Amino acid sequence: MPDSNPILHLDDVTYRWPGRPSFGLHVPILTVAPAETVLLLGESGSGKSTLLSLICGTLIAQSGRVVVAGRNTALLSAGRRDRFRAEQIGLIFQQFNLLPFASVRDNIILPLQFAPDRRRRVADINAVAADLCSDLGLPENIMQSQAGTLSVGQQQRVAAARALIGTPPLIIADEPTSSLDAATQETFLNLLFQQARAHGTTLLMVSHDARLSDQFDRVIHMADIVRTTRDAV
Amino acid sequence: MILRLAFGSLVARMLTVSMTILAIALSVALFLGVEKIRTGAKASFADTISGTDLIVGARSGSVQLLLYSVFRIGNATNNLTWDSYQDIAERPEVDWIVPISLGDSHRQFRVMGTTPAFFDRYKYRSGQSLVVRDGAIMADLFDAVVGADVAATLGYDVDDPIVVAHGLVSFSEHKDQPFRVSGILEKTGTPVDRTVIVSLEAIEAVHVDWQSGAQIPGQSTPADVIRQMDLKPQAVTAALVGVKSRLQVFGLQRAINAYPQEPLLAILPGVALQELWQIVGIAETALMAVSTMVVVTALIGMMATIFSSLNERRREMAIFRAMGARPSVVLGLLMFEAVLTAAIGAILGLGLLYVGLFIGQPLIDNAFGIWLPIDAPAMREVWILLGVVIAGAIVGMVPALRAYRLSLADGMMVKI
Repeated sequence: MPDSNPILHLDDVTYRWPGRPSFGLHVPILTVAPAETVLLLGESGSGKSTLLSLICGTLIAQSGRVVVAGRNTALLSAGRRDRFRAEQIGLIFQQFNLLPFASVRDNIILPLQFAPDRRRRVADINAVAADLCSDLGLPENIMQSQAGTLSVGQQQRVAAARALIGTPPLIIADEPTSSLDAATQETFLNLLFQQARAHGTTLLMVSHDARLSDQFDRVIHMADIVRTTRDAV
Repeated sequence: MILRLAFGSLVARMLTVSMTILAIALSVALFLGVEKIRTGAKASFADTISGTDLIVGARSGSVQLLLYSVFRIGNATNNLTWDSYQDIAERPEVDWIVPISLGDSHRQFRVMGTTPAFFDRYKYRSGQSLVVRDGAIMADLFDAVVGADVAATLGYDVDDPIVVAHGLVSFSEHKDQPFRVSGILEKTGTPVDRTVIVSLEAIEAVHVDWQSGAQIPGQSTPADVIRQMDLKPQAVTAALVGVKSRLQVFGLQRAINAYPQEPLLAILPGVALQELWQIVGIAETALMAVSTMVVVTALIGMMATIFSSLNERRREMAIFRAMGARPSVVLGLLMFEAVLTAAIGAILGLGLLYVGLFIGQPLIDNAFGIWLPIDAPAMREVWILLGVVIAGAIVGMVPALRAYRLSLADGMMVKI
């Protein structure tokens, strides 16, 4: 696929919460190019979570198109959409990213279980997972540790490794640094950028912290692209 | 790997999960144990008498005849005259015949008059013979052989004197004819354990000076005089009969039932035992029902545990969903958990049963005369275990469907 095609394209997307017809969200247009790093700035309550769910395909817009890597996700069956998400998108959340009872290794390779194509890109799972860990500055012997025993900073790096494994074209990070202190925040972001650039991965990060702006190719304010409606009934 | 994660999640909740497993294991062990005791009791019951083709007594009901002749419960309504007994004994089909004379007691135990042939002919537990543990069978008129329970309860040894009382609950003891314990039988688990066995003549001997249930005043015949007397009985209570060929059983039964001189009844012990078991069987159904309820309760407990774990596991489910797992994977994870819990519980329950059997087998045999065989699990038990696992899956479906709906609604974003 030529690079000129956007990795993510939202066009006139409208979503209304079922049972709450007065609360809705409208995105006239949003386009993210491959390998671009984009910061989506917005306060809580600006519809960030809803927007991410729409992109990931766990919510389906009532109208408009959500195109990820050239596919209109609304046209896929629910099962195909889940697999498509696993194939195309690496996800990092704010916190509680990992299955605490599972080993670091199992956490990292979890998305590959649901994404056969992504799995095929990884020749030697253990080696790749170990490389990602060391690239992200995690201790060498961490692979068999229980994820729940790690520090929050380490857990976020494991989550990053999980998002990066098998090089999905798009990584979505939802406030990944908000549970980290300032010093750890910076290291984490540097490592994440480094990896995203190394693999040519698009990084879409959501945050309320404008101080991160200068590290990204582009900064989008939620208010500019999203209109939320809260009209009284 | 998904299974490993499901297993890891279970292990992470070890405490609650192990409690659930323990509850299921105990309920399964109880259920299997009840089943084992039920079949064991039934088998022991059916094995009370074997090798005897017909039991003959005065005409009454077949269960009643069985009860008083074999189980020593209740009383005969009438006797079988010695003449009729002789007539039956002389029939060509009859291979052997053993008379039984009941009606006297020793302390709380019944006294049974019979011939030495009883020890050869009476069989229990598919053909096992009575074994004399100490001493020997009756050689003298005043010899008595006591069952294992009699000896144990009353602390009898060989050569101890015993006194036979007339009637069943009676204070008029036949003190003038003291008996001697000549032998003690091995434990059998049958009513023989609770019986004092004397010779047929001895029963007559103790009644020499008695008339209409009371001692004739001032009359007491010395033992050596009695020994000289003709002690041929007038009547016996019942008789155990063996035929020469099994084919003749029904013919002989018909002939005895139609005996013109006296109203008699001949029963097939196996058939009468079946009839009796059908009466006793209500208790067995009740036992089954109760232990089924216990298993159901344990499974519902498991359902409750899984339900209450759902909230703390919403994050786990959301992670699976975010990583691309379909909601059906979430459903499968919870079903797997339920099935695994039920299966471990069932297998542990089976283990508990065998531990219990190894410990309990001799105790139960001694105390109740119920022999519980320790075999590999029978097909029936395998089905029961499988049933528990399937029931676990069905019960697990309820919280699994709830998790399915939750994870559809939550998607990958759970704000906790």
